[in-house]
Order: sequence, then structure tokens, then C-alpha cells
Amino acid sequence: MEITGLLAYAVFFLNLVGIYAILALGLNMQWGMTGQFNIGIAGFFAVGAYTTAILTTGPAENWLGGFNLPFLVGLAGSIMICLPIAWAVGRITARLRTDYLAIATIGIAEIIRLFFLNESWLSNGTRGIPGIEKPFGLANVGYLLIVAVFVALTYVLVEIARRSPWGRVLRAIRDNEQATAAAGKDVARFRLQAFVVGACIMALGGGLYAHFVGFISPEAFRPLYGTFLVWVMLIAGGSGNNKGALLGALVVWLIWSSTEMLAGIMPTALIGSESAFRIFLIGVLLQIILVSRPQGLLPEQRPPMPGEKHP
Amino acid sequence: MIEVIQLLINGILLGSILALGAIGATMIFGVLRFAHFAHGDLMAIGAYFALSVVSIFNLPILLALPVAMLLTAGLAVGIDQVIYRRIRQVQPVILLISSFATALVLRSLIQMIWGSSNQVYATGIQMPWQIGPLILKPDHLLIFAAATGLVVFVHFFLTRTRMGKAMRAMSDNMNLALVTGIPANRVIMWTWAIGGALAAAAGVFLGMDTRLHPVMGWTLLLPIFAATILGGIGRPYGAIVGGLVIGCAMELSTLIIPGSYKPAVAFAIMVVTLIVRPQGIIKGAA
Repeated sequence: MEITGLLAYAVFFLNLVGIYAILALGLNMQWGMTGQFNIGIAGFFAVGAYTTAILTTGPAENWLGGFNLPFLVGLAGSIMICLPIAWAVGRITARLRTDYLAIATIGIAEIIRLFFLNESWLSNGTRGIPGIEKPFGLANVGYLLIVAVFVALTYVLVEIARRSPWGRVLRAIRDNEQATAAAGKDVARFRLQAFVVGACIMALGGGLYAHFVGFISPEAFRPLYGTFLVWVMLIAGGSGNNKGALLGALVVWLIWSSTEMLAGIMPTALIGSESAFRIFLIGVLLQIILVSRPQGLLPEQRPPMPGEKHP
Repeated sequence: MIEVIQLLINGILLGSILALGAIGATMIFGVLRFAHFAHGDLMAIGAYFALSVVSIFNLPILLALPVAMLLTAGLAVGIDQVIYRRIRQVQPVILLISSFATALVLRSLIQMIWGSSNQVYATGIQMPWQIGPLILKPDHLLIFAAATGLVVFVHFFLTRTRMGKAMRAMSDNMNLALVTGIPANRVIMWTWAIGGALAAAAGVFLGMDTRLHPVMGWTLLLPIFAATILGGIGRPYGAIVGGLVIGCAMELSTLIIPGSYKPAVAFAIMVVTLIVRPQGIIKGAA
């Protein structure tokens, strides 16, 4: 009995790790490789989740629904809807300096959240959209397989991108923008491409998330869950390193889940609110990582130059 | 027309609160070259410090204000010394992430210490003054007067004291300031102290005007950054103008669009500024 309970929890846990790993890979495309400081992850996450929720649910009176489309079409829709939004955002922000970009992206994420909160004809407002089903009538175990396939697929794609000449240009932009421009590369265009690809990966994560939890509301896309945890994962794992992003997702989600137990042990009088205590712990953890090991668990490994032998 | 004037009064009130926050944010931005994402939550914790002083010592809120400002200034300097100072030397952009983490830590501390429900400084309803068709609360005049006083104080600090001049010099041209022997670390500490104190004042005024809530500061962060950018980075006077413009624009926008989209108005102004005039109204150190 206890073992089955533990296994069920492990499956639940790994599903979420996989979904967050996809978000972290998307962020790695933007921040780790290109140096774009996007703290509006929650926005693209929400767009992906809501799109598939609207496309795949049955008829509903309170929100736009009734399309009843299959799972994969929903996910494809997530990416297709995110594409023009990310393109527009990227177009506006591509030339901005890092700190301006950070402010701009957090604003966009907040506006997207406000939009889903207020336009209840589309999203049912605060009450959210329930009844988003897993594909093929699968349970958590089967869904884990699907998530794993998507994580693997995303990982392979971003790894190919990282090793390609395109990825080299992105890192060149990150390390020295002027030199890259002087070498004849269209910096703004490459940035825009990386931003859009990263955002679409995040939308994919959002779509998978919606089908996993089955119910979404604007509350799930507050900056903490949508943005902050992903940043902690990437920084802890090692930004610039895709394996680091995966490892970071696992380790940080492990820590995040164990803070729940820790908060359960602590007397309520001392910590006030359980969720606040958990956020406090994870915030302190990030500060410690930033001060003591800013390169992360798996620091970025630079691919060998053309013609250079592997070490 | 009456409605417009009423909204303008609200806008100026909101604007002076935003201005106090934006002065601190713009000085930190100017001297340390990073957007301080915990500024809104610094405001909130300042407001809660005042709440504790009010409830423990049973003082009127205006007497609790200086205590809260001092405490928040100390907290801001402390955060900088313990965390930001170490990161500053390694990789400046990491400061952004770190301040984002600080924001969450402060907010969760507020929830842990003071709880997450709405609170007010003084219970009971304050009788508003009815001037013709306009409505004005005594608190509004108080907030406006105190905010003006603080801005005048900052003005004299920046123009008359050595430390204030050094701060402006570092904001204008970091390298030039450093070769003339300005004590960078002391200037940075003073910047945090002033920024923290003004943030606390803004938080207290916001709490007087509405209510105290753990996310009260976070929701104002975007308008504050908008005011900072509109006014020009590192320009305290620009931040005042920016704050008033953003505040009025946010209130007046409710004539056309739903009030829940107010933050979007501030954001739109900010994006237009970044595209059309990235240096801000008063040419800033962009």
C-alpha cells in the first residue's frame, strides 16, 4: 500500500519535473544561449495552457469552448498561437538592453494574466477552465511517457540548435554583441528568432501542463510558479547547458517538494503561512546559489572549435 | 468634466506615491546600473513596519512614518551589503535575478509575519470633504503635503550636500566620478538608504490611501519602472514628472477601458517611451 502510494507520488512528481524541464530548456534558448533576460515566462506558459484548454474541451457555456479537438492538435495550436504573440513581443523588445527587456517581459506576462483574468467570455475569468482531459484516456503513468517523449524531443532539438552555426551566432551575440554585428550578423534578427523559439517551447510546456493538471486558472500563472521556479532551475542547473537545465528542473523540483514537508513539520505559529514559508526558502536558496556558485551545477561547456580535437 | 477633475485628483495622489518609489528606483538604477525588482516589495515592507509601530506604540501614522523609513533604509542597506555587494563584483546582470529573488523573499516574509489578509492603519470611516461635486479625503491632502515635503528634502540633499552631489556625479558618469576619488561604497550605501526610506514612505501613503496587502508593492512595480524610464534613468526630477504623468494616465484611462487594465496603461506608455525616446523626458544615462 505504502509502496504504491510512493510510486504514484513519484509518477506525479516526474510529470511535473518533465514539464518544468521543457520550460527551462525554452529559457535556456533565450537566456543561456542568447543572453535575453525574459522574466515573462509565465505569460507564454499561460498562452500555451489556455490555448490547448480551449481547443480540446467540450462545449461550455461560460467560456469559448466546444472545439473538442484531439490532444496533439491542441498542443500544435498552443505553439501556433504563441508564435505571433512571441514574434510581436520580440519585435518590440529585440533591441532593448537587458534590464529594459526584463521590465518589458514582466509587464507582458502581467498583461497576459490580466487578460485571462478579465476576459471571462474566453477563459472563464478567475474560475478557470476545468475538465481538460489527458489524451487517449491515459492516467498519470501513461502521460509520463508522453511528457518524456516531448522532453527528449525538445532536448534533441535545442541541442542540435546549440551545436549548429546558428547556435554559435547566438552565443557570440551573448558574449559580444558589437563584435558579432561587426562580423556581419543581423543581431536583431537572430535575437528575435531565439526569442520566438524559446517562447514556443514554453507554450508547449504550458500545453502539457494544462492536460496534466486538468484545470487551469490565472492563479497558476503568477510570477512565482510560472517564472521564478524556472529561473531557479536554470541558474541552479547551469545556464547555457541544456543538460544543466534538465538537472536543474529535477533538483529544484525535488527541493521545492521537500520544502512542503519541511513546512509541514514547522509549527504554524512560527512560520505563519505554509506557502509563504516555502517561497521564502526557495528565494533564500536562489540567493545562496547566486552568491556561492553562479555558474550552476553543470557549467556551460563550450563546443570545440571546427577542426579542434575533442579533449 | 467633474469626473475628469476627480480622476485627476486621484491621479495626482497616485502619481505622488509612484514618484516617491520612482525616485529611489531611478537613483539605484543610475548609480548601480540595474533595475531593482524588489523595490515594490520594499515599499510594502515599509508600510508593514509602520503598521507594527502604530499598533504596538499606539502612535498616529505620521509619527510612525519616520520610524518605518529608518527601518526600511536599514533593511535596504543590509540587503545590499549581504547579497548585492557580493554579486555586483562577479556579474552585474545576475543582480537582476537576485533582486527578483529578494522581492519574493520580502513578500513571503510579510505573509509570514503579518499574515496575508487586508489590513488598515486606522479603522473607521474618515468623513470625506465635499467641495462642490468633488470628494476629497483629509488623508489625501496629508499624503500630498508629506510627499511634497520629502521631494523638497531630496532636492536639498542632492543639490546642497557633498554626498548628494557625489551621488549625482556617479549617476552621470561612473568612471569620471571614480577617478576624482568619490568614495563609491559610501555613495552606494547612501543611495540604498535614501531609496529605502522613500520606498517606505510611498508604501505607508499607499496603505493610508487604500489598505495594506502583501502584494501591494508588487502591483505598483510596473508603474514605478514606467515612471523611471519615462523620466529618464538616473534622473530624480524626471522620476517625479514621470510618476505624476503615469499616475494621471492610469486614473484617466478608466474613462475608456476597464479599471483592471490600469497596469497595462503604464506599460503601454513605457513601451512607447522605449521606442520613441529611450533616454526619457530628461535625458538619462541610458
